[in-house]
Order: sequence, then structure tokens, then C-alpha cells
Amino acid sequence: MSLGGYDVEVERPGGLATEEMTLNMGPQHPSTHGVLRFIVKADGEVMREAIPDVGYLHRSIEKIAEKVGYHGFMPYTDRVDYVAAMPCNQGWAMVSEKLAGIEVPRRAEYCRVIAVEFNRISSHLLSVGSMGMDIGAYTPFTHALREREYINDLLEELCGARLTFNYMRIGGVAWDLPPDWVPKAVAFLDRFEPLIDEYNALISYNKIYVERLANVAVISAADAVDYNLVGPNLRGSGVKFDVRKDLPYSVYPEFQFDVPVGRGEMGTVGDSFDRYIVRINEMIESCKILRQALAGVPEGSVLAKVPRKFKPPVGDAYVRIESARGDMGWYCVSDGTEYPHRVKIRTGSFTATSIIDKVSRGLMLADLIAVVASFDLVAPEIDR
Amino acid sequence: MDAAAFHQALQSRFGEAIGPLEGGLEPAIRVAPAQIVPVCEYLKKDGASAFDCLSNVSGVDYPKRNEIEVVYHLFSYPKRHACVLKVGVPRDNPTMPSVFRVWATAIWQEREVFDLLGVVFEGHPDLRRILLPEDWVGHPLRKDFVEPTEYHGISTKRESML
Repeated sequence: MSLGGYDVEVERPGGLATEEMTLNMGPQHPSTHGVLRFIVKADGEVMREAIPDVGYLHRSIEKIAEKVGYHGFMPYTDRVDYVAAMPCNQGWAMVSEKLAGIEVPRRAEYCRVIAVEFNRISSHLLSVGSMGMDIGAYTPFTHALREREYINDLLEELCGARLTFNYMRIGGVAWDLPPDWVPKAVAFLDRFEPLIDEYNALISYNKIYVERLANVAVISAADAVDYNLVGPNLRGSGVKFDVRKDLPYSVYPEFQFDVPVGRGEMGTVGDSFDRYIVRINEMIESCKILRQALAGVPEGSVLAKVPRKFKPPVGDAYVRIESARGDMGWYCVSDGTEYPHRVKIRTGSFTATSIIDKVSRGLMLADLIAVVASFDLVAPEIDR
Repeated sequence: MDAAAFHQALQSRFGEAIGPLEGGLEPAIRVAPAQIVPVCEYLKKDGASAFDCLSNVSGVDYPKRNEIEVVYHLFSYPKRHACVLKVGVPRDNPTMPSVFRVWATAIWQEREVFDLLGVVFEGHPDLRRILLPEDWVGHPLRKDFVEPTEYHGISTKRESML
């Protein structure tokens, strides 16, 4: 007989009864990437449905924004997605700048792009590393984390923090690039780029690994758009869309880079392997951007003159940026006072979690781990 | 196409249900709550607009206008253009139809608006709280929300350490 695409041999003398079971998974579960809970209805090893229960990490960040004002909210944006805090900083800075019509100095834009791309690599490293670990390969995780530590060192030199950076300001960035920092960053790239091949040789094309991911949780391009999947999850389904390329912002139009998409290399377009390999390829593209940006940092100031009492005119703005987890939407309503009237953050993990119920039906229970990892869910980003 | 063109196309088709084009950084089209589903269906299916993606749903509370505004940011992958729809519902009876049949992402995004602002989306298949606990009282992103002093016997206040 076939259960959810798997051929299962079941002998049932006299009709062996099976029973659907409701299982709880999480919220404290090592493979849920934070505090995330699933209520799984399973028949043996095959899931009938897996309903995500989110909210365990809700810290009411949007409400806090209404209380602390525009400048004061910057450190809180780090906590929206602490694995990739730089893009969150940038989203908040950009939506505030759009409301107030502030021009950011070019050097500051370069600093932002450099910081964000380094953060993107470190986030993808954690994603692909923990994906290996979730599936049962521990070694790749340590390899990925080793490189991530070097990026953390670089970012620490840049802004003093290794995780929650609070690097950007409305109108620019807090600190200029430290002296002799650029050669160090280039030296890191020189060492890191060949390691991606090593990483592919170690895990990406490992037969067991590929078997666990290929053809698992295939998402069609139409479904991906319908559920508003973003970033690598959307591109894994073959939709060639990157906010940096298609709705350009900052100084991204000045750089040459490709947008990797899923090609169904090991199975079907839109399977878990495609989402994984898109992240690997994006690290290569980020290195390309970084090399160009580090070579061309213009002179000038890194912070525009922005009044301490920041009061953007009445109005609303919606800004989309390409975070490590994809298109992140920042909606801010100003009522003309020092405090935003409303801030809404639409994150990639939130919409990705919403499709899990749909894609998990008929999968094996163990595949749920692979699916969660392939979406690169970061639980605090779901809950905010 | 830009907001003015969408506005004209919608007004000629839906007439009274479409309000005036609101200016600002991002021009927004005001839609009557009762007509939001046909408007969205039209914007998704029509070849010229082709809004296949609902990028963002947010709720904004305006106590002075006695209104909660639900804001839809639409995006079209084939055409690479965007559009903003705004729907105002009264604060004391914030009820409007759900657009989940047009875009599946609305299921979760509308749940969030329901949870944090209390807008009831009619016809929604699974309108439960999403971020807050099921037994939470009130909707925190409403401007008149008063923070409870305790939750299940746990105080939300903290004495100053100084």
C-alpha cells in the first residue's frame, strides 16, 4: 500500500486496526529552532496534519515601538530576528527615513550593505549548519559555526556586538569602518569562498542528506506566492525574485550579483533540497557583493544630520528589504509626534510557518524536522 | 500601472464602494468593507493588475476617527508593481469579510490582526488568537488597551531595584 507517497508493506491478518494519534511536539524541542510547537496528528509515522502553534516568543515588539519612539526602537529591532539583526536594523532605519525624507550618505549605505551581507552569510551558515544537525549530521554544524564566529568577530569590531548589533541609525550608521578593517574583511572572504566547495563536498551532495531532502515538501511556485513565501523559500520554488534586485534599494543596483533559484537539481523544483541549496548559492553571491562593496567604499560621513527629537510628518510608509529570511515588510504610521502611531513588521518566518500545515500532510514525522529546517524558521521572528 | 490607474479602473467597476484616492508617500485606495472580497478578486484576476501576492495585512487603530483601518499591501510578481488598499471598520463593531479565498496567506495575517486589534473577519476558517494566549483579555494594539497588572497570578509590575 502507499501512504503519502511511501510504499509501506503492511500485513494485516484479519484486518489490523490503525489509530490516528495526536502528538505534541515542542515548544521546547531542539529541532524547532526556538520555541515553536506543533500539534501533530499522525497515523503511525505518517502525519495527517501538523498544526503550528506559535506565540511563545511574543514580546510585543510592535507595541514597544509605540512607547519608545523612533530612535529608541532601533535596539529592539535587533530582537525581531536575532540571527540576522542587521537587516532588521536596516528595515527600521529605511522606513523612518522614508517617512521623514532623509537622504543617507553614500558611505553609510556602503557600511550598511557590507554589514548586512556579512550578516546574511552568518545567518545562512547557521541555517545550513543546523539543517545538517537536525537531519543527523553533527560535523557540518561545527564547520559552519567556525566560519560564523569569524564573521561575528568582524561585526564585533565594527559595532561592538556579536548578535544584537544596534549598528544602524536613522540617517546612517553608528560607527565608521574601523581602521584596517577592510583588509581583514577581504582576507576573510579569501579564506571563506573556497570553504563553500568544501562544505558542498562534506554535506550538500552527501547521498543520505540528499535522500532526506529531495522531493520532500515540494512547494509549487503558485503556492509559494499564494502563501507569501519570501526569500530563499520563494526562490527555492523557482520564482526569481529578490528585493535587492527587483525593487532595488540602498546601493544594491551598483553591484553585480545573480539571484540563485531552485532548479530541481536532486528532485523536484521547490523541494527542501532546493531551498537548502539556494542558501548555499546565496552565500557565494553575498561574497561577490561584499568584494565589490569593500573595494569601493566612498569617502564621506556615515550619519546624516537627524534631529534628536525625530518627528516625521503625518503619513504612512511601507518598506520591503531583503533580510536573510527574505522579503521583510516594515509598515510604519506616523501621526507627527515623536512616537510612531503604529509599526507592523511582516516577517518571512511568519508566512513560512503558515504553509507548514499544508505541506506537512502525508509526510513522515521525521520529515517535519527537515521541513522546519529547510524554511530556516527563526521562532522569535514569527512571534515578534 | 500606478495607484491612480488602479483607482480609476476600480471606480469605474465598483462605483460607490471605492472612495477617493488618498495621497501621501504611498497613495492608497479606500474600499468599503462589504466590497473588499470582489475588489481583491478583481485585482488578482485582471490581467493588467495581476496582484497574485498579498504582501502584508496590518491593522491600525484610530480612536479619534472611531475607526480601525485594515491596510492591505498588494504586490504582483509578474508585473512587479504594488498597490495599497485601506478598509475602515468601526471600533465598536469591527467586522469585515475575510479575503482568505483570494490569497491563502490572509489566513494567518488576518488572525494576527484579529488577535492584536480585534477585527473580526467573517468567513475566516480558523479565526483564533495566534500570538497571545487563548485566555488573554483585550486587544493590545488598540490605543485604549490597559495593560493588566497580573496574568495567572504573575505580576506584570516590577519594583525598582534602586
